[in-house]
Amino acid sequence: MAEGENEVRWDGLCSRDSTTRETALENIKQTILRKTEYLRSVKETPLRPSDGLSNAVSLDGLNKLLAHLLMLSKRCPFKDVREKSEFILKSVQELGIRIPRPLGHGPSRFIPEKEILQVGSEDAQMHTVFADSFAALGRLDNITLVMVFHPQYLESFLKTQHYLLQMDGPLPLHYRHYIGIMAAARHQCSYLVNLHVNDFLHVGGDPKWLNGLENAPQKLQNLGELNKVLAHRPWLITKEHIEGLLKAEEHSWSLAELVHAVVLLTHYHSLASFTFGCGISPEIHCDGGHTFRPPSVSNYCICDITNGNHSVDETQVNSAGNVSVSDSFFEVEALMEKMRQLQECRDEEEASQEEMASRFEIEKRESMFVFSSDDEEVTPARDVSRHFEDTSYGYKDFSRHGMHVPTFRVQDYCWEDHGYSLVNRLYPDVGQLIDEKFHIAYNLTYNTMAMHKDVDTSMLRRAIWNYIHCMFGIRYDDYDYGEINQLLDRSFKVYIKTVVCTPEKVTKRMYDSFWRQFKHSEKVHVNLLLIEARMQAELLYALRAITRYMT
Amino acid sequence: MEKMSRVTTALGGSALTGRTMHCHLDAPANAISVCRDAAQVVVAGRSIFKIYAIEDEQFVEKLNLRVGRKPSLNLSCADVVWHQMDENLLATAATNGVVVTWNLGRPSRNKQDQLFTEHKRTVNKVCFHPTEAHVLLSGSQDGFMKCFDLRRKDSVSTFSGQSESVRDVQFSIRDYFTFASTFENGNVQLWDIRRPDRCERMFTAHNGPVFCCDWHPEDRGWLATGGRDKMVKVWDMTTHRAKEVHCVQTIASVARVKWRPECRHHLATCSMMVDHNIYVWDVRRPFVPAAMFEEHRDVTTGIAWRHPHDPSFLLSGSKDSTLCQHLFRDASQPVERANPEGLCYGLFGDLAFAAKESLVATESGRKPYAGDRRHPIFFKRKLDPAEPFVGLASSALSVFEIEPGSGSMSWFVDTAERYALAGRPLAELCDHNAKVARELGRNQVAQTWTMLRIIYCSPGLASATSLNHSVGKGSSCGVPLMNSFNLKDMAPGLGSETRLDRSKGDTRSDTVLLDSSATLITNEDNEETEGSDVPADYLLGDVEGEEEELYLLDPEHAHPEEPEYVLPQEAFPLRHEIVDTPPGPEHLQDKADSPHVSGSEADAASLAPVDSSFSLISIPHALYDTRLPPDFFSALVCDMLRFYAEQGDVQMAVSVLIVLGERVRKDIDEQTQVGDWDEVGRASLPPPAPSALRGSPTACPPPGLCLPPLLAPPGALVRVLHRPAAALLPLERVQPGGQAQHQPRHQLPQPGVHHSARQLQPLQAAHEQPRLGLRPVPPLRQHVRRLPPRGQGSVRVVPGLQSRRPLAAHHEVAGGQLPLPRGLRPPVRVLLTRRRWARGGRGRAWAANKGSRSRSLRPLVPRRSLVPRMGL
Repeated sequence: MAEGENEVRWDGLCSRDSTTRETALENIKQTILRKTEYLRSVKETPLRPSDGLSNAVSLDGLNKLLAHLLMLSKRCPFKDVREKSEFILKSVQELGIRIPRPLGHGPSRFIPEKEILQVGSEDAQMHTVFADSFAALGRLDNITLVMVFHPQYLESFLKTQHYLLQMDGPLPLHYRHYIGIMAAARHQCSYLVNLHVNDFLHVGGDPKWLNGLENAPQKLQNLGELNKVLAHRPWLITKEHIEGLLKAEEHSWSLAELVHAVVLLTHYHSLASFTFGCGISPEIHCDGGHTFRPPSVSNYCICDITNGNHSVDETQVNSAGNVSVSDSFFEVEALMEKMRQLQECRDEEEASQEEMASRFEIEKRESMFVFSSDDEEVTPARDVSRHFEDTSYGYKDFSRHGMHVPTFRVQDYCWEDHGYSLVNRLYPDVGQLIDEKFHIAYNLTYNTMAMHKDVDTSMLRRAIWNYIHCMFGIRYDDYDYGEINQLLDRSFKVYIKTVVCTPEKVTKRMYDSFWRQFKHSEKVHVNLLLIEARMQAELLYALRAITRYMT
Repeated sequence: MEKMSRVTTALGGSALTGRTMHCHLDAPANAISVCRDAAQVVVAGRSIFKIYAIEDEQFVEKLNLRVGRKPSLNLSCADVVWHQMDENLLATAATNGVVVTWNLGRPSRNKQDQLFTEHKRTVNKVCFHPTEAHVLLSGSQDGFMKCFDLRRKDSVSTFSGQSESVRDVQFSIRDYFTFASTFENGNVQLWDIRRPDRCERMFTAHNGPVFCCDWHPEDRGWLATGGRDKMVKVWDMTTHRAKEVHCVQTIASVARVKWRPECRHHLATCSMMVDHNIYVWDVRRPFVPAAMFEEHRDVTTGIAWRHPHDPSFLLSGSKDSTLCQHLFRDASQPVERANPEGLCYGLFGDLAFAAKESLVATESGRKPYAGDRRHPIFFKRKLDPAEPFVGLASSALSVFEIEPGSGSMSWFVDTAERYALAGRPLAELCDHNAKVARELGRNQVAQTWTMLRIIYCSPGLASATSLNHSVGKGSSCGVPLMNSFNLKDMAPGLGSETRLDRSKGDTRSDTVLLDSSATLITNEDNEETEGSDVPADYLLGDVEGEEEELYLLDPEHAHPEEPEYVLPQEAFPLRHEIVDTPPGPEHLQDKADSPHVSGSEADAASLAPVDSSFSLISIPHALYDTRLPPDFFSALVCDMLRFYAEQGDVQMAVSVLIVLGERVRKDIDEQTQVGDWDEVGRASLPPPAPSALRGSPTACPPPGLCLPPLLAPPGALVRVLHRPAAALLPLERVQPGGQAQHQPRHQLPQPGVHHSARQLQPLQAAHEQPRLGLRPVPPLRQHVRRLPPRGQGSVRVVPGLQSRRPLAAHHEVAGGQLPLPRGLRPPVRVLLTRRRWARGGRGRAWAANKGSRSRSLRPLVPRRSLVPRMGL
């Protein structure tokens, strides 16, 4: 069998033209059936010693193809592709080859599959978004399927991501994916790492780089430090960091490249937060997303390399979610009552200046002690940690270790006035896209809270946003940080803090235990606020350092 | 009453004095405002709030308004404004949303007057009513604007913009009740202060936040807005819909905009990001700032004209913690540094050329643009005598159009369709292609094909009859090689090989070209293009300044009494020895590396200096009694290929390569075949005009298929000498393309060289002078017709040198051009290679560039005695 004709080309499936897709599917079918036949014939003939290895190898190859087909049969936005893929799988099965089945419970481990939009039942507008996404990446990933709760945001998110990864930009394509891998690896997010390893190889990246950052070009290695600081303690970024990257002789970054890299890093840091915050499952065609074992063998497989550290929590789902309905109902009512009070009495008792200042400091300080009880150190999985150095370096609170970090005043350097202009100058159009994304995330509202309608949630959203910025030391002069304490209860703060600072430690229990009466879509909404606020905070620190370097 | 107050604040005879100066502040400034007495300025920032007196030599701190030990956010100012009627009244906008008023008349140390805590978010801007003492307006991040009466404790009215954060609010100077507000989403709203329920008018002014606005101090309806989209726009608000009357594109987001007093069209801007300078723009000239102040080292956050009627003092505060006073006379004026010329090719080869009026003023024959696109278009800027920058805006724009059809590339397609590249014997292919080329009017190419056929196909096979189409009338000679040349077709190539050299010439640039009658017209005393109908003469000599010596090799001259053709004595050493110094590849290499490689220059470079004795050796050689082996020409053919590639005609080069196949493949390395020609053809083409064109969007060829230069049509042997060193830079030196195609109306005669078939020269030399003597060059009317009219470009005609003599006996080689196979010593005839340099001006500069080489170039005249006389 010549290798060439066994190459399966998936790109034809991304076409919007159904005949093109049909041709591509037909080719795939032929190839797969040919392979299957070949494998069968090999199996039937007596084993020759030399064949053992190649047999295993080609079986492995076939299984990869089958897993991809499985993914297509579930996740392709085009109905014809889904049906045909399933048909091919069936025919393979009839030939006596074991076919894979998806593992887990849909795109998210936290959200029941039935809550999530099924591919195929989307409306026309969503279908366009799905088709665009599928055409760009050749897949519809689980992140997309969870974000689809908020189509307006999703559209902007996909547009930005597409631009960052595939459109004009100062960095070569494989660099972009590699930076994505670096960023995701900081949070041991193997979901994103796996996705981008595939993409990285697809755009012609050197597989050797994947063995660790030390195998990548010096230029990328230099970025490691910025990646580390940005992910965990962005307030420590100085213009010296920037200068070190820009003036490294032949390994120098250009300003435009650096801005591109910074945007990618912050994008993937926050996306890692989202992945963990919403418990995104591994992709069907990736490791851990499917199994070849028949259901009877093991009906629940904790093949969870993504969040290996909280498999224990999975069993506690019920106990955590066991709070009585009346309790949680009261929770929502109480929250709304507080919001009402704040709205009304705001003007009455004006807190003194000192009071206002101390409230920020208190909130900042307290945010450090907000941590889940199971706050144990986790050693990251080896395959992910090889992408970054210094695994011990993580989020550290401001003064826990005696560090004094000056407060970042957003009135002196904000995204709208300053960050935007800098990004747009050095990486045209991206400033606009990110600006739109921030805007949509910040202003997105359906005026609902759990079972209540027509609620002005702006105060709550602002509290969440500012709480995240507060954790990063970013202060709004015109915000009363006392509100945060009133509106965000402890379990919610634990969740926010964990998702934003140490996303790898998020558990289903944390997800379930905050805002119990709220809908999943609202919790995803919270996650959108978290990731955008985090991204903006990181960007502000990085861009301020770049601005200082330029001045 | 209001009027009066303005008048009293006017200069009133005592002009402001002062100098450009700055003072250091303790902290970054966010905003500044000037007292109406023009002698004090207030600076406000996150941790600074001070009043400085502006003295003649320095700023003097007068008052620190930050009192009290406890730092308060109420004092963290985003904006500050000084009342223009009351010297004691100030207002600040705090980042925490508080509006504070200050009364300097208070006897206590704390001058804080009132505190309005109505806004929920940062207040971005405060503004006093220009004539009303107690009315203050604020605009906040929370999307509301509030109007305060300072006699009351609370706001009088609240205006909801319904569209995000308010970035600026400004009372109209003329309309008592009107104010404008700008928003983060790009909107501008107009409000009547009496009607808080809804805005009078709203329109989208910018893409993204509108950071600032400013009403024109005199023009009732003009509002300038500045946005994050880097634009300053001037709106006429008097019309029914706000009309954009001017738009200035800056290089960074516009943070502040302030109309300049007494200068109707001037405004000052600064940016909050990246760019630290302050610019003053004339809105009618939106591309170059009228003035620029570069003192600040960090972004400028506040600007204010010191006095509402004095245009020369500008104050500014910056994040770099300095307060500056800028004097207009000290401003740098970018206009002065701007290149006053511009040149641009249009999509279809049209050429637009703008230059300072003075540069083109002397030209005559210009016609103003009258809608006729056939004529160059001129725009002349009317100067406003009131303008402070007189003379800067005076320019003329000319548009040169390509003649319809002259730039047509149809032959390119035709050629591609009709060429035969394989499947037939070489001779047939060559003939076929020659025929195609000829029918498409590409004589040079046709000739090349014919020559290739001769080189590579044995003479015996190429019978005269098979060459009918290419046999001219006069070629009835018995030598088969000669038969295949029709001199009519030959003309372009020959013309190009002829060079004039002129060490002393006039200052006008000279153009050499072929004329119908194959006449050499010397450029005598600035006479141009004369006598194109002068009977044919044959040039074989030099035009040496006033001497004007012509060495003509026509039968009259070549009479038997002069057995030796004596070289005229020259004032400088004669040179050239080919036999002794066979030009090796390194010569060619040298040429290629030369920064100014042009055909003619390369020729010059190859003339190696030798001793003063003239040496010209011509030895009849038995070797050539029959025929030169094809190998002998392979280097030449390579040169020829390279020549076409360089010209941009990769089509020809590739076609030849394919047709010849293995015959030349070994001589041309793979890289040259593939990459080199692409590259040469596409990018690195040296001559000015074609390369300029190739850079234009239309002429972007697919890899490997370079379009031929539009400006140098095939076969057009227009040679403009003195090619400028730089292709496009100083406009005067740029030849606007082939004169053959453009019709320049007022353009100075430009030097420039089009590449010509220089590499073909040796080939022609070797093969196309079958008989002794010269033949007239046949007409080339199609080129002549396109030439500019007399007096507008020096176009002259030079016939090719066509000595006729038996090939068997002699072989002419242009000075050092022909790379000979090692060890082979052909008899050498030296083809006259002449060039003409213009004297003075640009020509001189160019000549200086070339060093003395061109000066010592000598004409090489064949010795009569060595040339067997034949025919004619």
